[in-house]
Amino acid sequence: MVGCSREPSTYQATGYEHVCLDVSDEVKVKQMFGQIRKKHQRLEVLINNAGIASMNHTLLTPLATVRKILETNVVGSFLFCREAAKSMMTGEGGRIVNFSTVATPLKLEGEAVYAASKAAINTLTQILAREFASQNITVNAVGPTPIQTDLIGAVPKEKIEDLLKRQAIPRLGEFSDVANVIDFFIRPESRFVTGQIVYLGGVS
Amino acid sequence: MTKKERILRCVLSAVDELNEGLPRAKQLGKTPEVVLFGEQGSLDSLGLATLVVLSEQRVEEEFGHAVTVADERAMSQHRSPFRTIETMADYITLLVEEERN
Repeated sequence: MVGCSREPSTYQATGYEHVCLDVSDEVKVKQMFGQIRKKHQRLEVLINNAGIASMNHTLLTPLATVRKILETNVVGSFLFCREAAKSMMTGEGGRIVNFSTVATPLKLEGEAVYAASKAAINTLTQILAREFASQNITVNAVGPTPIQTDLIGAVPKEKIEDLLKRQAIPRLGEFSDVANVIDFFIRPESRFVTGQIVYLGGVS
Repeated sequence: MTKKERILRCVLSAVDELNEGLPRAKQLGKTPEVVLFGEQGSLDSLGLATLVVLSEQRVEEEFGHAVTVADERAMSQHRSPFRTIETMADYITLLVEEERN
């Protein structure tokens, strides 16, 4: 298992390797996938979860923030899908799981750029599912509700509570809720499931 | 062996792997002048994409660094570098030379 992020990771597990890089840096990303091919010969699953958010009213959102969010969330996800598919298509296919968000279908005020970037991920997921289908690669996305992570650390408590009220099951998500959907997408029996966006908490 | 010959060998090795997944009637010939795409070409867009990816991987293994064959310049050229096996090898040679400089 190989993980990557801009900063070093504290996560440790047997067989886990970590690579520090900017997910939108094409040269570095290609190098990483090349090293994975060299070392492991094949790639079976990509969990494409790198993402950043910035909660702010559009009138107060600097263009630099917009570019940063699009670079990481859209360009980074695209690059990883493309490079992962190159490794998967020369093997026996594979599974790609992208990360969406409930902020997109809920049209959350204050999250215009983040939600728009994830709308792009949804479309990317559905089109890549078709483009990669003949290579036995499935492409799906999971759309989590807010989870207690750094991503929502700066969001006011009342804002999160308002959001939770709009879910069918009004609670924060847990890592296991997300892991469950990923497990479903990557299990062998799910080979006929592709192009799907599964939102948690009863959001649609 | 020259750099161009090494790259041609990479592309031909990619053709071998591509042919393994194609019915005999659709398999590509293995000479430099074989037309890949467009008029008289034997590959569809997916076949060409697969050949490009396999060639990139062979070149990376041969020279130790990644190249992006389907870059913006390749896509905007009036005469596509993906027309024949030889034009593709020429284009990859150019990319590898530029990478070295």
